[in-house]
Amino acid sequence: MTTAYDIAHGEEGPVLETRGLSVFYGEKQAVRDVTFSVPRGTVVALIGPSGCGKSTLLRCFNRMNDLLPDSRVEGEVRFRGTDLYAPSVDPVEVRRRVGMVFQEPNPFPRSIYDNVAFGPRINGFRGDLDALVEASLRRAGLWAEVGDRLGDSALKLSGGQQQRLCIARTLAVEPEVVLMDEPASALDPIASQRVEELVYELKREYTIVIVTHNMQQAARISDYTAFLYLGELIEYGPTDAIFTNPREGSTEAYMTGRFG
Amino acid sequence: MSARPDLSRRRATGRGERLIEVFLAGCAGVTGLATLGVLVVLLGHSVAFFAEVPLGAFLFGTRWEPMFEDPRFGVLPLVSGSLLVAGGAALVALPTGVLSAIFLSEYAGPRARGVLKPLLEVLAGIPTVVYGYFALTFVTPLLRTLVPGTGVFNAASASLVVGVMIIPTVASLSEDAMRAVPDSLRAASLGLGATRMETAVRVVVPSAVSGIVASFVLGVSRALGETMAVTIAAGSLPNLTLDPFSSVQTMTAYIVQVSLGEAAQGTVVYRSLFAVGTTLFLMTLAMNLLSQWVVARFRPEIR
Amino acid sequence: MSEHRRRRRRALGGAFAAVCAASTLLGLLALGLLIGDVLLDGASQLDTDFLTRYASRVPEQAGVRAALAGSAWVVGLTALVSFPISVGAAVWLEEYAPDRWTTRALRTNVANLAGVPSIVYGILGLAVFVRALGLGHSVLSGALTLALLVMPILVLTTQEAIRAVPSTLREAAYALGATRWQVVSRQVLPAAAPGILTGTILALSRAVGETAPLILVGAVGFVAFSPSGPLDSFTVLPVQIFGWITRPQPEFRALAAAGIIVLLTLLLLANSAAILLRDRHSARNAR
Repeated sequence: MTTAYDIAHGEEGPVLETRGLSVFYGEKQAVRDVTFSVPRGTVVALIGPSGCGKSTLLRCFNRMNDLLPDSRVEGEVRFRGTDLYAPSVDPVEVRRRVGMVFQEPNPFPRSIYDNVAFGPRINGFRGDLDALVEASLRRAGLWAEVGDRLGDSALKLSGGQQQRLCIARTLAVEPEVVLMDEPASALDPIASQRVEELVYELKREYTIVIVTHNMQQAARISDYTAFLYLGELIEYGPTDAIFTNPREGSTEAYMTGRFG
Repeated sequence: MSARPDLSRRRATGRGERLIEVFLAGCAGVTGLATLGVLVVLLGHSVAFFAEVPLGAFLFGTRWEPMFEDPRFGVLPLVSGSLLVAGGAALVALPTGVLSAIFLSEYAGPRARGVLKPLLEVLAGIPTVVYGYFALTFVTPLLRTLVPGTGVFNAASASLVVGVMIIPTVASLSEDAMRAVPDSLRAASLGLGATRMETAVRVVVPSAVSGIVASFVLGVSRALGETMAVTIAAGSLPNLTLDPFSSVQTMTAYIVQVSLGEAAQGTVVYRSLFAVGTTLFLMTLAMNLLSQWVVARFRPEIR
Repeated sequence: MSEHRRRRRRALGGAFAAVCAASTLLGLLALGLLIGDVLLDGASQLDTDFLTRYASRVPEQAGVRAALAGSAWVVGLTALVSFPISVGAAVWLEEYAPDRWTTRALRTNVANLAGVPSIVYGILGLAVFVRALGLGHSVLSGALTLALLVMPILVLTTQEAIRAVPSTLREAAYALGATRWQVVSRQVLPAAAPGILTGTILALSRAVGETAPLILVGAVGFVAFSPSGPLDSFTVLPVQIFGWITRPQPEFRALAAAGIIVLLTLLLLANSAAILLRDRHSARNAR
């Protein structure tokens, strides 16, 4: 039974919300009847054991699931009130407003500058591209390290730097929401910590939905936490409440490491 | 509440994208058209040919005498010529190719393999007209001293060079199949006290058999379609014979002979080109499909 | 197990290894003999005059100039026609095509087309380009015929190069709001370019060596001038070589061998370029 936590929406309403959302890959159902919402300017963590549908759910918010040939979505996903799966909606437009950072750092095999400039360029950015690249790298906390060698190949950077470059690349498109799919899990502990701090800083400007395996990380950076299990949303609420006083037995079992 | 975001497609971009997609799909369509073209051309002209020459006389006739006063269009001498040459080539290429594959996959170290395999594949890159020259100026004189009575043009010489030509096809595909056999199987066999040879012959080859058979079929199909070497080496006498030391004419050599002679459009000889071409096309297509079927059908046994 | 039997097994294994090695060397021996035979027969004929003289009925005055020019014309046009269509087809099949039976049929079809004997393409070219479209025995007829012949090979190698591009690259670009064509043109194709170019060089070098289909569309062994346009008649190097082989006089045999040396040198250069391109690319990736 899904127990969606009712979140005070404020005046503007949620940035993202789902109603009765189910996602299928062929015959297999990856997400079951999920209803929840993401308030503006918050960090929402999606937690749960692997294969529980976290990433699938995340990929509904920028319609990345469309790229898989036999995926199918039922129910509603709304971005500031607009149904993302309405026939008139162009997934390309969605992705320009809802950015995404992946688990493995995936910089393009180009220069650092070209990586950050790629998004603005394809979106027809007119203005000071150099300034935008610099601002994006600064916001991702990478400028001090790479500002003097923007022409170098991005592949020469360390894993942690590559991931922050990918974040800068996402910010350069000036999205309203940033989706993060376990952004620190492929990194060493120090690089992972830097990315985590970065997420914490970014939440002042962006709404962030982050998938994570790491309970401490979820507890530290998120305002709300959603626990998913076997494709169902088991529990959703303020992070403090979920961690200190989970209402569902399975949530507690997962968080105390009894499975997962 | 702020205005809802407009997420609809930008019209100009959408139209450009659509145009590009249509163009790309058109390119893919051209490959389909090529097949359609082959079928329409071959079948269309063949129908005209069979209006003049009964299908039965074509398929079962034992004399191919298109230029005679009273022309005969029995295709069997051409088919037997092609099969004789291809069969001989198979005798050369199949054992050589498979043993080479075993050597490359089971014995050679990575460095030796890195040198030998590309060198072997050079054989596949040499133009067939060069093989024809080699057959005529080197192999045939050699055969004529070894086997007295061998003609200047003979099937054996063609078989030998076509065989060499298709060694890389057989060796390469067989080796791929053998290397796909998991090392755990080899380790298990060696661990039971089998020698390397016993492992190769009793474990690796049986596990890779579908790939090896497919490489045989594909190699023979190449040999059937081979044109220049057989035209130069085997000659142009449509003999219904199994004697490899006499001259034969293959289907492909006949097609070259007619096109060199500039047969007038609309004559039965011109049309015979298409009937023979269709026969060749169907035979090679059947073999290519067979090799694909073998790979698909027996794949699970490897795993 | 008896000592005797064990020794026999080991000897047998050694003999088998030797037979396998010998088989591998057999193919290489044939390659060596072939090249030696050609060099021995043709090297004496080879000089700069041979490259700059036109065909002649007098062997001492014959050269490959017209054939070289014809080969360049035909292969150039072949590349011009087949490259964009093949890359377009491969991009559609890999990046756009919906998973329907028509797509699967097209994929199987390309694989089967690659197995059609080259002479069948010659028949197609003769009926369609030479006769039906009235292009005659022209450079253009030859180039279009060869374009059909190399297309399936090019499509297959391009598909392979595109498949080798990691999907994370595509995801990254899509997630930044790139359209499908932006993803393809700015990320996938640049990343696949070395593989595509290597495949193209190899496919075109096959076109350089093709003889039979061009004989069918009317390339002739004796042409005393270079083509100056796509509708001129022509010969190409392999057809010129074939013409010389079929002459009974030994002087023409030597010319054929010299022509083969020129042809093999061209192919060697093309293949070295392809290998160089591939190695430079893999070196860059390793960095």
